Amino acid sequence: MPDEGLSAAQIIAALKQADIRFVVALPDRTTSEHLLKPMLNDPDFQVVQVCKEDEGLSICAGLYSAGHRSLMMMQYTGLLDSINALRGVAKEGRNPVCMLVGLLGKEPGVPPKQSARYGLRIVEPVLDAMDVPHHLVEQGADIGRIQPAIDKAYAESAPVVLLIGASPR
Amino acid sequence: MMKRDDFLTVLARHRKDEVVVAVYSAAQELIQIAPHPLNYTFTGAMGQGSSHALGLALGRPDKRVIVLDGDGSLLMNLGSLVTIAHAAPGNLLHCLCRNGSYETNGAVPIPNRDKLSFTALAAAAGYRQVHAVSALDEWDRRLPEFIRAQGPVFVDIEMERGASYPEDFERLYDPACRDAFRQALKDST
Repeated sequence: MPDEGLSAAQIIAALKQADIRFVVALPDRTTSEHLLKPMLNDPDFQVVQVCKEDEGLSICAGLYSAGHRSLMMMQYTGLLDSINALRGVAKEGRNPVCMLVGLLGKEPGVPPKQSARYGLRIVEPVLDAMDVPHHLVEQGADIGRIQPAIDKAYAESAPVVLLIGASPR
Repeated sequence: MMKRDDFLTVLARHRKDEVVVAVYSAAQELIQIAPHPLNYTFTGAMGQGSSHALGLALGRPDKRVIVLDGDGSLLMNLGSLVTIAHAAPGNLLHCLCRNGSYETNGAVPIPNRDKLSFTALAAAAGYRQVHAVSALDEWDRRLPEFIRAQGPVFVDIEMERGASYPEDFERLYDPACRDAFRQALKDST
């Protein structure tokens, strides 16, 4: 039976189940329309818009010290631009920064490492080299990975990346 | 010109239960001059102090958060001025410890330091209040007003290095110390 694709409503429900109330975001074409825009109007979320992605990792770290769970939303290019913050703030600082990262331009059904696009191909190897766990969320069945991944990040005080492989609808 | 250790001594005298986020030289000296369970030095990467402070301020709107930023650091994260102004935390006091140089990285001057106006940048970004201070007695006199004010407040403080203090980057970024801070903040009402 064919997968029905990514439901934005189900992703939002999974994030709420994971007790995410603060969303830190820089718009990403993969997720802006059906995730970020609804979140901006959802009273269950406080959305903090940032000018650059590394800021967002640090805001999440501050929120963690203040006792809150949060999610950083960005495009994979922003993740690549935030490598030093990922190193210093999230990994060495042992902050449970949870990132939802859109893989703009990813070919449907093609694993990121086999993408024709260089930028997409290197995302998972870079995360592996940094020992940052990551999960591909591309089909409806993958949404079930979100809450356990976030819970594990907070239990272990370590970052996690959720790679969004298709535009949620 | 104001010495940084004198600036920190005055801050410690006025401080009650505020969270103080500090970076680089100010952080190294803060933990020596004014040890406090609500000192936060775990910024992890250059330029990130103001963003950590924003997260703390948003997460604990009942607490005042003071960030001691550096000018080289802020230049690395100028967008945070806009982010902070937009989020508009009323409990955030953003202090710029302006010495005109990358002191920790060899005391090389910051670019365009003779023409650059951080107060103009903060005002244009949309901070609720923007001030500048250069004399120690003025800092001593006005600090209570800055702490009480509805934020975000930006204060540019011209200063220079005072006495030398030991550097301990391991301590600044130690996750165990961060966990102790986290507990102290949880316990602080």
